[in-house]
Amino acid sequence: MADKHVDELSGVETTGHVWDGIRELNNPLPRWWVWTFYACILWAIGYTVFYPAWPLLTTNTKGVLNVTNRSVLKDELTAAKGAQKIYVDKIAAMPVADIIKDKSLSEFATAAGAAAFKVNCTPCHGSGAQGGIGYPNLNDNDWLWGGSADQIYTTISHGIRDPQDPDTRVSQMPNFGEILKPEEIQNVAAYVAEQSKQPVTTGNPAAGKEVFANNCAACHGDQAQGNRDLGAPNLTDAIWLYGSGEAAIIAQATKPRHGVMPAWKVRLGDTTVKELAVFVHSLGGGE
Amino acid sequence: MNIYTADETKKEARNAPAEDVVRHDAEPVNSAKIRKPLYEARKKIFPKRAEGRFRQFKWIVMLVTLGIYYLGPWIRWDRGSFAPDQAILIDLAHRRFYFFFIEIWPQEFFFVAGLLVMAGFGLFLITSAVGRAWCGYTCPQTVWVDLFLVVERFIEGDRNQRIKLDKAPWSFEKVWKRVSKHAIWLAIGVSTGGAWIFYFADAPQLLLDLWTFQAPAVAYMTIGILTGTTYVFGGLMREQVCTYMCPWPRIQGAMLDENSLTVTYNDWRGEPRTHGTKKAASEGKVAGDCVDCNACVVVCPMGIDIRDGQQLECITCALCIDACDGVMDKLGRDKGLISYATLADYNANMALATGNGAHAINPNIVRDADGHFHDKVKHFNWKIIFRARTLLYMGVWAAVGIGLLVALLSRDRLEVNVLHDRNPQFVMESDGSIRNGFTVRILNMIPEPRVINLSIDGLEGATMKINGMDQPDSRSFDIPADPDKAVTLKVYVTVPRNQLHDDEQHFRFVAEDKSSNEHDVYKAVFNAPADVKNREHH
Repeated sequence: MADKHVDELSGVETTGHVWDGIRELNNPLPRWWVWTFYACILWAIGYTVFYPAWPLLTTNTKGVLNVTNRSVLKDELTAAKGAQKIYVDKIAAMPVADIIKDKSLSEFATAAGAAAFKVNCTPCHGSGAQGGIGYPNLNDNDWLWGGSADQIYTTISHGIRDPQDPDTRVSQMPNFGEILKPEEIQNVAAYVAEQSKQPVTTGNPAAGKEVFANNCAACHGDQAQGNRDLGAPNLTDAIWLYGSGEAAIIAQATKPRHGVMPAWKVRLGDTTVKELAVFVHSLGGGE
Repeated sequence: MNIYTADETKKEARNAPAEDVVRHDAEPVNSAKIRKPLYEARKKIFPKRAEGRFRQFKWIVMLVTLGIYYLGPWIRWDRGSFAPDQAILIDLAHRRFYFFFIEIWPQEFFFVAGLLVMAGFGLFLITSAVGRAWCGYTCPQTVWVDLFLVVERFIEGDRNQRIKLDKAPWSFEKVWKRVSKHAIWLAIGVSTGGAWIFYFADAPQLLLDLWTFQAPAVAYMTIGILTGTTYVFGGLMREQVCTYMCPWPRIQGAMLDENSLTVTYNDWRGEPRTHGTKKAASEGKVAGDCVDCNACVVVCPMGIDIRDGQQLECITCALCIDACDGVMDKLGRDKGLISYATLADYNANMALATGNGAHAINPNIVRDADGHFHDKVKHFNWKIIFRARTLLYMGVWAAVGIGLLVALLSRDRLEVNVLHDRNPQFVMESDGSIRNGFTVRILNMIPEPRVINLSIDGLEGATMKINGMDQPDSRSFDIPADPDKAVTLKVYVTVPRNQLHDDEQHFRFVAEDKSSNEHDVYKAVFNAPADVKNREHH
């Protein structure tokens, strides 16, 4: 600054900057503040030495501590896994029915099972386990293969109609379209609809009763109440995997469809299957 | 009676020669005369011990505030065997805050927010009424600096001895005094940091753990950090913190108005400053009350000269008032040459002393022949504190306080929160009945175990099933609730097909403590398929 300007009122020199006639007083900065500023620069230099900082052509400087967000996450996940170990070990050693009785274990298993369900089961059973046509709803109390925790565990472990698992659950309804006449199928459908209190419009239930006794009762039972040992559905209730109503029953009897579920134990391991069983059992229909 | 009237017993000393008053050699730190451009080292300040009314008051404030801070965590409060017995405890691990008979859960944090709102309005109120009283009397920075100064004076002596020691070459005496001063400062720092952590854990147990090196690392780190800040801010940086680091002095300038009381040098009676009163009298010159003894400058912990007018640095600790009153008293003159005054009063008195700015200050104008102040001179008046602005602040402050009190006294210690399953919204059971899933959370917010009855009100024919409860479906369940805990339940409500009337039926979950009749209600909705009404007609 060529000529110093001193503010009259305060007696303080100004910086020489003028905005609309307003001048800036040149009050000195405290020296410790300047030191703090230098300390921050030193800190920044230290940071670039210890942490990843400078971009290079194909990579970047790694820093002597060799820390990355990914390595931090890995450590955190390892720590979380370690914290879960006491629960996981117990679950591995206990039958599913006992896990459910233990309050803290069943809470942990339900949460873990819910996570595993989201990843592995939702494509068929839906994110709320509500199922759909051909895919069972796991919330209700209608179970093809049994709704106790152990039965659910066995079903998930070995799957249904999984050709690669010798212990898989298998049921096979014959193609009645090749065995019975269309009129007989229509009548038996009317009979079944009547058993489950559905409206009958086309067939003759009385005639269908005899057809049922001769062809269907072996698996579905005399009262059409189903048989869980054979995976034969209960035909008297309100839940229909392939749809309710005479038309849907006729379609299923003429050329039955059969769902397939893979055996999950070999894929996910025993512990995760137990957790899944606890979760499914907790959905409201568990027995 | 005006509190600034001169002491009658010392009236005979009136017009005593000011030459008798010790004149201190002092230069304010913010004087433009000694400023350098760009940046400069901190100018050492050696505040002299002040004596007087405000100093007395500050000692009491210091005793009370430090007492509360250091002893607070040691107060015990019996809450039974299911809750800690520490009166003030911030239990971060369990997310509970205890304050004597009050226990706050995280969702009740609005009480703390309300207290912060009150603290904010309290600051507005205090600042608009009496200026920077927070800074001058109760700010931890001020209180700890005062405490550190007590130590400094005890070891090194008062201002002049300290200046002498500071200038003296290093000797055994200087080393000994400096080492013991800093050692005591560090000890104060350690106990300050130590007291802080006692608010977050059981104090006696934590003290034992600290002593045996069993305490968590974060406890030692917190003590270390707070020791450092206390030592550096209270011992080394002092006024630098207020002037350069604290935002408050810059904000509260906006809250002062012409009726706010601030520490003011009344130059309408002080000027022209005259130390040699005999000489001035012999020359027939006018002499103001200020004898230019610099007593106000040497006691100032900020190292400024209040006679330069209101300044950013001034924390209004009022020690200059005490120092000046002492001198005025000695000379038998009216006290209050430096006083709490409003800008409005000051301006009126200045106008009087200068003939509305027509001439330089003539302090003779403001007095009558007997030496008493003219009737037109405006004096300190308590009433100025109660004006529209401060009453408004008081009103808002009190309203928030009353609101918080009402909320506190009427709050529930039993709560029920319900989350309706959204996916699926409803499930059909094999008998055609419809089931809805709910996550029910019962909050037992007292440190006693209780049995809470959860029941359904409305929704005819509905029954509940609760996961993990060994009880048949029912409309009412007794839930054991641990003390001071929340119970989370998976509840399934089922309504038989023939009892369904609508796809959206309203009902209530009722949580009740049958022994105390405390209860809470949640209004819930039961969803069913949209065609439920049509099906009914079959």
